[in-house]
Amino acid sequence: MRFTNTLRVALRALRRNTMRSMLTALGMIIGVAAVITMVSIGNGAKAQVEAQVASLGQNLITVMPGSSSSGGSRGGWGSSTSLTPEDADAILADVKDIDGLSPEIRDRNQILANGLNWNTNVNGVGPDYGYVRNWPMASGSMFTDQDVKSLAKVCVIGKTVADQVFPNEDPVGQTLRIRNLPFRILGVMTPKGFSIFGSDEDDVVLIPYTSHMKRVSRRTNISMIRIQADLPENIASVKLAVEDLLTQRRRGREPDFAVRTQEELATAATATAKTMTGLLAGIAGVSLIVGGIGIMNIMLVSVTERTREIGIRLAIGAHGRDVLTQFLIEAILLSSLGGLIGVGIGIGGSQLLSAYNGWPVVVPTMWIVISVVGSAFVGIISGFYPAYKAAQLDPIDALRYE
Amino acid sequence: MPPVVQIKDIHKIYESGEVPVHAVRGVSLDIQRGEFIALMGASGSGKSTLMNMLGCLDRQTKGSYLLDGIDIDKLDRNELADLRNQKLGFVFQGFNLLARTTALENVELPMLYGRHRKASADEIRERAMHCLEIVGLANRADHMPNQLSGGQQQRVAIARGLVNQPQVLLADEPTGNLDSKTSIEVMGVFQKLNDQGITIVMVTHELDVARYCKRNLILRDGVVVRDAPVEDRSIAAAEMQRIQAAETAAKLTANPAA
Ligand SMILES: Nc1ncnc2c1ncn2[C@@H]1O[C@H](COP(=O)(O)OP(=O)(O)OP(=O)(O)O)[C@@H](O)[C@H]1O
Ligand SMILES: [Mg+2]
Repeated sequence: MRFTNTLRVALRALRRNTMRSMLTALGMIIGVAAVITMVSIGNGAKAQVEAQVASLGQNLITVMPGSSSSGGSRGGWGSSTSLTPEDADAILADVKDIDGLSPEIRDRNQILANGLNWNTNVNGVGPDYGYVRNWPMASGSMFTDQDVKSLAKVCVIGKTVADQVFPNEDPVGQTLRIRNLPFRILGVMTPKGFSIFGSDEDDVVLIPYTSHMKRVSRRTNISMIRIQADLPENIASVKLAVEDLLTQRRRGREPDFAVRTQEELATAATATAKTMTGLLAGIAGVSLIVGGIGIMNIMLVSVTERTREIGIRLAIGAHGRDVLTQFLIEAILLSSLGGLIGVGIGIGGSQLLSAYNGWPVVVPTMWIVISVVGSAFVGIISGFYPAYKAAQLDPIDALRYE
Repeated sequence: MPPVVQIKDIHKIYESGEVPVHAVRGVSLDIQRGEFIALMGASGSGKSTLMNMLGCLDRQTKGSYLLDGIDIDKLDRNELADLRNQKLGFVFQGFNLLARTTALENVELPMLYGRHRKASADEIRERAMHCLEIVGLANRADHMPNQLSGGQQQRVAIARGLVNQPQVLLADEPTGNLDSKTSIEVMGVFQKLNDQGITIVMVTHELDVARYCKRNLILRDGVVVRDAPVEDRSIAAAEMQRIQAAETAAKLTANPAA
């Protein structure tokens, strides 16, 4: 009951100065709205990166060649030429819990078709590539094991290549030339968009890796092996098994390969987005502090301005504690109300940004809670000193105050 | 019945300035229930100082003060606040109403503190309304102070002073800001309350205001120099009628000339 009364008193006091209450809360509103918007943008960016990582495929494990050293200078990851299709075959034969696997050779080439030419990625892959990368065909079909065995001159193409080279017709069944060799187009893949690294995933021609090695690039090594584990919980064991097998196959030579899981990739890729989110939240946090100082300032002014009111209250029987609680509640109400409105504006603002700029935004529930609790906390902190000052006033001095 | 107020040889010395000011120098005073006292004296004679001590807003430097048998000196800040809340009603000079707060809410204020805080919002409202009725302002309950005349504001302040059914109603210059007719109106409210048995102590500068009281005390340099019952007491109701009659007469005589 005591608290209810104090609450009533505080509410009345706020209502008496609606305009000032609003302006005071404005600091909080802006601060919290900024926090919510900034974090939403940061989270949106993170979610986008995560989606891109997920688009690599599911339960994915990649094997990359290790570093090579020649004459004392060491190349980076992938510089070694030791990863071979036999490694891929061995993995497929020996490692359990694998759902799909595809070797991959990356290369760039000029292609020619339909009287047009285009420089694009010409990659050699296995028939499981589309499955491993979770990348279905839009039309036509993927080449088969038979095509790989027979070094067939067949290919499937990405959406970008299709648009560039066959702007007005169906590419399936047509022929395109790589290094003057004709490749029959078996299918067109669904659009995949941009990779984490910003390159156009759809700007690609996929041919059997065997054809690539023997007919196009004449390489004996491959650029990577993509493996799909059957279940998420098997990723770790598959990774270990692959490492063991490849080490064994190297017969005591220094391991020259790197096995990465998708999760490791994701962690690396989202690190930047996380840093950005932190930075944005930090900036917004500063505006929250400014909002808090605003409240403290107004509360201090208000204590001085309302000295007579405090005097009357004390004279007619309020305890110091009653006055303290009243001013504290006022500050908390102001700040958490500001916080709530700020959350609303923040959510609205992020939605607007996403609607008009096309930015991906994800409004984080946790931050909504943090903002509201945080703003109430700011209210306590910034309200305490003014409230304490008010409670310490002497009733006679306060009544006499002009 | 013992006196509500028993003061023995109290002194107040203000130490705050460069030289200590001996504002009250040994006042002894008994106030019985139902008394109606006017405290008079020149400016600086110590009236407000004495009232502040009577109102338990300030402590005496020396001497003893029993309010309703309770020794003030033994109470701490919060106990004093509770005592003020329960036993005393205040009517401050210059009304001291909360601005932008309705008359009713102003009157409710003392009930939000002290033992009455256990009451429900409805009870509080009802009691406040009743007190506004006593001072004749029930129809202005929703008005803000700035929508009320000086006399009406002072009556709201009196209602606020009454709402906790105090033993003593203390008023420091309640008519200080009012014209003479409004002063009589306020004194009428006081007389009515006093007739109902409420003890009233008020400070005033005006002799004719003091004549509405029952007992006059005159202070000079912090000592009581005169303490006498009022003879030939003015009655506000009668006075009001007389003034009204005079006004009507003035209009009657003025009218044909106009
Ligand atoms: N807080 C204070 N500190 C120091 N001196 C004070 C204080 N309050 C009052 N005094 C002094 O005490 C004396 C009595 O003051 P008090 O206010 O009681 O006079 P008063 O009779 O009420 O005068 P008035 O009729 O003008 O209101 C004065 O000389 C005044 O200057
Ligand atoms: Mg005075």
